[in-house]
Amino acid sequence: MIGTIYLVIIGLGVVLCVLRMMRGPTAPDRAVALDTAVTVTTALLVLIGFVLNRYVYLDVSLVYAVLTFVGSVAIARYLEGGIP
Amino acid sequence: MSVGWWVTGFGVIFLFLGSLGVYRMPDVYNRLQAGTKCTTLGAFCTILGVGILQPSWFWTCLIIAVFVLLTNPISSHALGRASCLSGVSLCEKTKVNQSEDFCKEEEDDS
Repeated sequence: MIGTIYLVIIGLGVVLCVLRMMRGPTAPDRAVALDTAVTVTTALLVLIGFVLNRYVYLDVSLVYAVLTFVGSVAIARYLEGGIP
Repeated sequence: MSVGWWVTGFGVIFLFLGSLGVYRMPDVYNRLQAGTKCTTLGAFCTILGVGILQPSWFWTCLIIAVFVLLTNPISSHALGRASCLSGVSLCEKTKVNQSEDFCKEEEDDS
């Protein structure tokens, strides 16, 4: 029961990030909103794994964190104007 | 409620407040600050709270939490540097901008 309430609160957070990603006036706004949404989703996956009692969600969360870190740094280098 | 639920709830509140800051703040840099600091603490506490609630998952949860704690500031630093170098202006209420010279120097070099 408490876990479900927590999931709903984190889901609202992801929705707010996606709204900012749609409204953001510049490209760095969208990149920042994406970075925040990714971190929130990492915690959300761990919590889903606990509520459903499935261990495999933890592995999914770890791989997701690694890949999206590389993605965020790549987007940042692209916004700077390429690797010098 | 046990200790694990309290730690998880603390993290969940911080995650929601960080997302609210990303939605409400007026500027890229303010959004970056709200979205990074709050979600780093929030994700750390949430994942560690799940590890306390389910003791057989504790070490995997600790690995994920430490990874988030190490990599989130790095990616936010890269994004802040990129938005400074790509010339995003600050909001109108800003009084002091100490990074102005840095951005100009970098543009001159390239």
